[in-house]
Amino acid sequence: MRPDDRKYTRSHEWIKADGDTVLIGITDFAVNELCSGNEGDLVYCDLPEAGRLVEAGETFGEIESVKAVADLNAPVSGTVVEANPAIEDHLEILSRDPWNEGWMIRLAPKTKSLDGELMSAAQYEAWLAESH
Amino acid sequence: MALKATTLHAAHVAAGARMIDFGGWSMPVQYRPILEEVATVRQRVGLFDLGHMGRIELRGPDREAFLDRLATNHVAKIPIGAIRYGLLCRENGDPIDDILVYRAQDHLFVVVNASNTAVDVEWLHQHRAQGPFRGVEIIDRTDELGMIALQGPRSQAVLEKLTEGVDLGAIKYYRFSFGRVCGIDGVRISRTGYTGEDGFELYLPNPQAPRVWDALVESGAPEGLTPIGLGARDTLRLEAGMPLYGHEIGPGLNPIEAGLSFGVNLTPEKKNTLGYAALSAFAAKPTRRLVGLASDGPRVPRQGYTVHAADREIGFVCSGSVSPTVGKHIASAYVAIGFDRPGTELEFDLRGKRQSCVVQELPFYSRTRG
Repeated sequence: MRPDDRKYTRSHEWIKADGDTVLIGITDFAVNELCSGNEGDLVYCDLPEAGRLVEAGETFGEIESVKAVADLNAPVSGTVVEANPAIEDHLEILSRDPWNEGWMIRLAPKTKSLDGELMSAAQYEAWLAESH
Repeated sequence: MALKATTLHAAHVAAGARMIDFGGWSMPVQYRPILEEVATVRQRVGLFDLGHMGRIELRGPDREAFLDRLATNHVAKIPIGAIRYGLLCRENGDPIDDILVYRAQDHLFVVVNASNTAVDVEWLHQHRAQGPFRGVEIIDRTDELGMIALQGPRSQAVLEKLTEGVDLGAIKYYRFSFGRVCGIDGVRISRTGYTGEDGFELYLPNPQAPRVWDALVESGAPEGLTPIGLGARDTLRLEAGMPLYGHEIGPGLNPIEAGLSFGVNLTPEKKNTLGYAALSAFAAKPTRRLVGLASDGPRVPRQGYTVHAADREIGFVCSGSVSPTVGKHIASAYVAIGFDRPGTELEFDLRGKRQSCVVQELPFYSRTRG
């Protein structure tokens, strides 16, 4: 079971409340789709600068592996507070610990609600099982 | 639509391969990290299931003249026992596919891309019906033949353990013979491949393919042999400067500007070949050229990225990859004439961001050049 302290998107991001802000990352499924369990296959990750405004559903960055490039999509609207400075030079963090150490950006959300299209861990897993 | 599967499908799944849809077939993209698989083929030997490739046999007295009407290479001049690269093109010079033609004493054997097999077979039938070649037999062998490739410097050492009645050393590059492999008679063995390494491709009846695959895995293990997926195969062929239909060639991407003139015979003897006039015109006045681009930047170039000289767009990427052999990120790209000289500094546009790269001649890697 994936962590149930957060919500999930259909493009395989997770979002977790952390005080007044939210942390956003990608799921183990997304990492595995990109690198098939081989952390050396991840080659690049582009994250936004602090201060950037993002809309829910908008692309805030990119992650690239030997095989493919994937967009990183914001689950909610808000202002980027910071990007995880460790990711760019240590992409292996994403395969080792996508849930905690592998957070990508911290966002000050426009609204407190994390509803809408977001799924619980159980809903995400049921959807994965059905569609992949 | 359900994907087609080769007779080796179960072996791939059992070996833990990640399977993908490739040209309508469920095929292994990788068994291990792609970059490690590339190194295995460059340094030792790798095993490939190519059962998805189209294989078409032509028989009948006019088979050479028939294929010479459709293929850009000069089929009638291929020595018996030799193999030549060519293309099937439309009258406007657009490639329908690129092919290998094996010329045997009593037949021609044509190997084509999986995704184009149905179109190629239809193209052959259509032109046979139109012309004076109704006596030519077109036999699609794709569903009855397995195809297994051994690629890498230790290929011959591995295959020799399992062959009888054929001197592998006597089969030179782009030649073929028939021999006994694992006790199966009449296996077509060619010294060909799509990796830039020495190696062999075997064509044998489908029911026997799993046994031969297993025997090669077992007897190759001491030489470092492992199965290799389509992911590594794509990097290997790009490093070796070999084209892939749908990337370097295809509708609007002619073989002349792709640097494939060695497979396009434009002598007057071939003037009745489909596409002859259009291809002659491209040869007389090329506007762009397929080159290699190498980059030290962090991003991997991908098909469709544009190529720029300062603020001018001068080309586009056909294929791109991390290259463990070269140690850079590499791409094949069409660039306008004038920007194609080796050493020219250009930039990719990677989804809105620029990254510098340098033009170099293809191939990036040649085993004979070192």
